[in-house]
Amino acid sequence: MSIFSTKKSWINLTIWVLIIALIIAAPALLPVFRLNLLGRYLSLAIVALGVDLIWGFTGMLSLGQGIFFALGGYCAAMFLQLNSSGQFPNGIPEFFGLYGVEKLPFFWEPFKSSIFTLISIWLLPAIIAGLLGYLVFRNRIKGVYFSILTQAALLVFFNFFNGQQKLINGTNGLKTDVTQLFGQMVGSEIMQRWFFWISAILVIFAWFFARWIVRDRFGNILIGIRDDEARVRFTGYNPVIFKTIIFSIAGGLAGISGALYTVQSGIVSPQFMTVPFSIEMVVWVAVGGRGTLLGAILGAVLINYAKSLVSEALPASWMFIQGGLFILVVTALPEGVLGWIRKGGLKKLLFLIGINRKLETYPSLEVNEEGEVKP
Amino acid sequence: MQLFLESLFNGVAIGSVLLVAALGLAIVFGLMGVINLAHGELMMLGAYSTYITQLIFKQVSFLKPFYDSYVIVAIGIAFLVSGTVGILLERTVIRRLYGSPLETLLATWGVSLILQQFVRSVPLAYASGLVVALFFGLFSPLFISDDLLSGAKGRLIRACTWGFSSLLGVATGGILSSLVSKLSRASARNVDVTAPSWMRGGIDFVGITFPKTRLLIILITVVSVLVVIFFLDKTAWGMRIRAVTQNRPMSDCLGISTETVDIITFGIGSGLAGVAGVAVSLLGSVGPNVGGNYIVGCFMVVVLGGVGNLLGTILASFSIGIMTDLIGAGRLLTIWPDMPSPLASTIDFFATTSMARVMIFALIVIFLQFRPTGMFPQKGRMVES
Repeated sequence: MSIFSTKKSWINLTIWVLIIALIIAAPALLPVFRLNLLGRYLSLAIVALGVDLIWGFTGMLSLGQGIFFALGGYCAAMFLQLNSSGQFPNGIPEFFGLYGVEKLPFFWEPFKSSIFTLISIWLLPAIIAGLLGYLVFRNRIKGVYFSILTQAALLVFFNFFNGQQKLINGTNGLKTDVTQLFGQMVGSEIMQRWFFWISAILVIFAWFFARWIVRDRFGNILIGIRDDEARVRFTGYNPVIFKTIIFSIAGGLAGISGALYTVQSGIVSPQFMTVPFSIEMVVWVAVGGRGTLLGAILGAVLINYAKSLVSEALPASWMFIQGGLFILVVTALPEGVLGWIRKGGLKKLLFLIGINRKLETYPSLEVNEEGEVKP
Repeated sequence: MQLFLESLFNGVAIGSVLLVAALGLAIVFGLMGVINLAHGELMMLGAYSTYITQLIFKQVSFLKPFYDSYVIVAIGIAFLVSGTVGILLERTVIRRLYGSPLETLLATWGVSLILQQFVRSVPLAYASGLVVALFFGLFSPLFISDDLLSGAKGRLIRACTWGFSSLLGVATGGILSSLVSKLSRASARNVDVTAPSWMRGGIDFVGITFPKTRLLIILITVVSVLVVIFFLDKTAWGMRIRAVTQNRPMSDCLGISTETVDIITFGIGSGLAGVAGVAVSLLGSVGPNVGGNYIVGCFMVVVLGGVGNLLGTILASFSIGIMTDLIGAGRLLTIWPDMPSPLASTIDFFATTSMARVMIFALIVIFLQFRPTGMFPQKGRMVES
């Protein structure tokens, strides 16, 4: 039996072929503005994968992924600013001058190094997520309490970053599009094309990585925690460790995603840590299909694309559509679009409108090539 | 002493806003296990109701002499408006999601987005008309005897009540928009509620000025808490609500209509959000996002206090209020001027409103390390709480 004989794999294969074709064709077909948008949405798909890992597989609804997203963004933005601020007084980014800071704060010092930055983009959010997660999970705080605490943590980080002008330029955030990298402006067309490719490749890597995590015993424990945490504990596993690890992995993914998003949108600011943005991340996953990694990617890209199209045409209506989408997904499609299709939703729909009347009476029996029932 | 009193008053004032906002949330969350992220938007509706009431009192000639008492009327109206919207929300969305709090969280967030955009893009006059229609449509069947409501005839009567309510709503919208021109256009701008003359200024006592609006908010809070406690502890429906909270299937078996209990609980919780909205509207300008500023704080109060426990909610909101004032205004430095300098500089670092929030959150997380289920946890011997 080949791996593509099951229905699920066929759906997956089709979607993957479509995605890869889209990624290869996009730079040729789309104007650079649209390409840049698509690149941003692909980078958002990485954070959605992280949300799917912790929510879809482990059952922890985090409303604070924006923290880690923004941290990754700040790391990348500061690196870019530090390395293109030679012409400013004291050789430090321009905004420091506005608040009378003459010496670079010590914790920004290592971000002059590209290797340190590349590591810290994912490691720093991962460590913070791990710490935060450990403190929460250790006390068996879970379910809605976990969600509320992460949301509160998000608000705290937002307040902190918003208030610290002297360290991180507060509300204004850090701009990246006028900085330089490899002798090119980051906001220039050629760099944006590169970032698109990097985002596309990293999404695929992130998908393989997430898949590798969830398909083995580790993934089984995660699903066990989702379905019955007490039983996992009584079986002799310590859920705290697994939850902390997966939460910090999701934090790392969010950091990568945030860095990519920042260089493509041209700015990182505390706006990345607002409550609505983090909840939106959850909705991408919910719409795409929680517990299906592909669903997270699809949800992130498609919803954001729809958002930009709708907002351009009818600015006021997006909030209604988004709100309606939340309610619809939760009440009518709890498994998301992909989960619904995988469970034979399309067939049911066709049946309902009277096109497809073939009934599978024994879905559990497998039929071989000659149409005989396998023993 | 004076400093202490002033600090205490400020703390209690901040805490009472939190408390009145968190009270409805605590009821809905504690008694029904529903996370209502639209609570902030129900508060926003309450705040807008205050604004509309105020405008009506200003414009309508026979109400003008009573302008000063519009706040009192607004409390009742806000309770009814938010309660009606809350009951509609319960009937349409939340009813399908009992037992899965995370799903209610997402769905109510969707509702909150819709409500926010609704007040932005629908003229307030017609929005009030819609609420009026909903109010009569939802509640008029309660005053018709059950015999009339059954069967085919009943359906006709129900349809008639809805039709009548819609007409009433359209009429309200039309009258309001022609009477008060400010309400006839949709606007995303923030509006201001002006306090009546008797609420301006303050009361001087032992050398401190207590602002009257703050005192009124404290009064509203105290009354709300007392009414809620009385309702839950002394009335028949309160007893039924408590019974359903403790054991839903058993209450159902004993003949309590759990569905009605759900409606009443959610309606009261939402109505209290409206009352909180009146309090909030007295503090600053009213906009579509006004509720969002309070919602996280409210949830922190509920978590810190322990779920399903009003005493915990009260204590938690006042302690958060007092701590916010102590840290945010840097009062520790004035109380203890010669503290060691590293400590002093740390406290100075946190002495803004936003940094105080950071500090308080850190303190709450530390507190939850020792008491993971809040100040007053629910007692029980379950593995899963």
